[in-house]
Amino acid sequence: MMEAYRYPDGSITYPGHPIGPGGEEPVGTVDLSEYTAEVITWTTSMAAPPGVREPNTLAIVEFDVDGEPVRALGGVTTDEVEIGDEVRPVYVEELREPGAGIREPESQAWDGYRFEPI
Amino acid sequence: MENVAIIGASMTQFGQRDGWVLDLLSEAGTACLDDAGVAPDAVDHLYVSNMASGEFEGQTGIMNAIAHDLAAMPAYTARIDQTSSSGGAGVKHAWQSVASGASDMTLLVGAEKMTHRTTPEATDVIASITHPVEYKHGVTLPSFAGLTARLYLDTYDAPRESLGKVAVKNHKHGVHNEHAQFQKEVDLDTVLESPIVADPLRLYDFCPITDGSAALMFCPESVAKEYTDDYVLVPGVGGATDTHVVHERADPTTMRGVVESSRIAYDMADVGPDDVDVAELHDMFTILEFLQSEDLGFFEKGEGWKAVEEGRTEMGGDLPINPSGGLKSKGHPLGASGVAQVYEIYEQLMGEAGKRQVADADTGLACNVGGFGNCVITTLMEAN
Repeated sequence: MMEAYRYPDGSITYPGHPIGPGGEEPVGTVDLSEYTAEVITWTTSMAAPPGVREPNTLAIVEFDVDGEPVRALGGVTTDEVEIGDEVRPVYVEELREPGAGIREPESQAWDGYRFEPI
Repeated sequence: MENVAIIGASMTQFGQRDGWVLDLLSEAGTACLDDAGVAPDAVDHLYVSNMASGEFEGQTGIMNAIAHDLAAMPAYTARIDQTSSSGGAGVKHAWQSVASGASDMTLLVGAEKMTHRTTPEATDVIASITHPVEYKHGVTLPSFAGLTARLYLDTYDAPRESLGKVAVKNHKHGVHNEHAQFQKEVDLDTVLESPIVADPLRLYDFCPITDGSAALMFCPESVAKEYTDDYVLVPGVGGATDTHVVHERADPTTMRGVVESSRIAYDMADVGPDDVDVAELHDMFTILEFLQSEDLGFFEKGEGWKAVEEGRTEMGGDLPINPSGGLKSKGHPLGASGVAQVYEIYEQLMGEAGKRQVADADTGLACNVGGFGNCVITTLMEAN
């Protein structure tokens, strides 16, 4: 699940925050993995940190959830991507090797979604 | 509220240094005390700007260690961490300590020791500032720069070469800075043919990993007059934040922290962007010089690249940016960088910048960026 929070003013953020952009607590969630998104920008990183695939193509994408824009950053499943491409989230069990970086492995979840051009 | 003055400044050689973080802090701190002519026991507050001495070196508690080494006890001391803008945040804390009347003499020393780590290790220490939802994808600060650079070039129809010209300019400026890590020019072909780091950005679009330290001495103007006739005033310091999650920004090519922090600083100093004669911007990546020069109000949105193309930001242009060589040429020891930016403006306004002196510089600005615009400090300074 790619869980985003919805707030009383209609705004949606990914990730969710205890207090939303309008200063109010969330009232619901949205699973972004059920939506497609448009690529806003992308890069291919050739200097990845320990435990990260190299090259690592990343994109910022924008979902349209019933007219409300929601952005997310994630890896792309291919190096063939352009601004404006439509993508869908694809589940990945392990996005980077949990024990290789500076973060405590138990401090966060390491699974998630990459974006696949449609 | 009394005017805040800077009466002394120092910086060490930036680059790959043999000493550890405490050695670097001592070197700059001692030199600053000497430059200001201030006895250690006259220091009321001592701030240390540093991002990650624990992570890089395993050395913590460095504020107390340096207070002891400089014989500045019993001065109040604290370590200031605001990631890459730790130096600027130290300037803000030092300024506040004097402006509030809490301190009559405040020493600020910034330092970072990084080069003993491999590039991937150092990159991961820096990337650890990111939100888990971005970190787990292997995002790095350079990859944020690549994402933003592509969007900027696409949105404003700017040529890739314009980014390369920022690197060429700042390396050219750095030739005249004896403290700079790189004191050599590079040509545009070298920049554009260097290895890709985060497409479309290449190696020469990025600052190096650096060891170094810099220091400043702050006091009320009335106290400054007891020490010297030559000092620089700090009429405005603004600090602001943007989203921690970078992808949540509606326009990634606008740095709201720069916009807000500069608005505060301009208002405090009662000046505007047109009054600035010289600026030190946080060119950790070439794209950041475009974004800051626009969000500080120097140029219209989307026009920063044209100013570089037209030579307006070079020495001799109508607004020289980064006469020190910037982070790009001078180097970027995280906690020291914001302090070193103010050091450069201090030298410029004192008329002591030698071959890199900007003519008739009366008002200067330093913009220190933490994370990818997550925290920003803008400092305005005026010649006495």
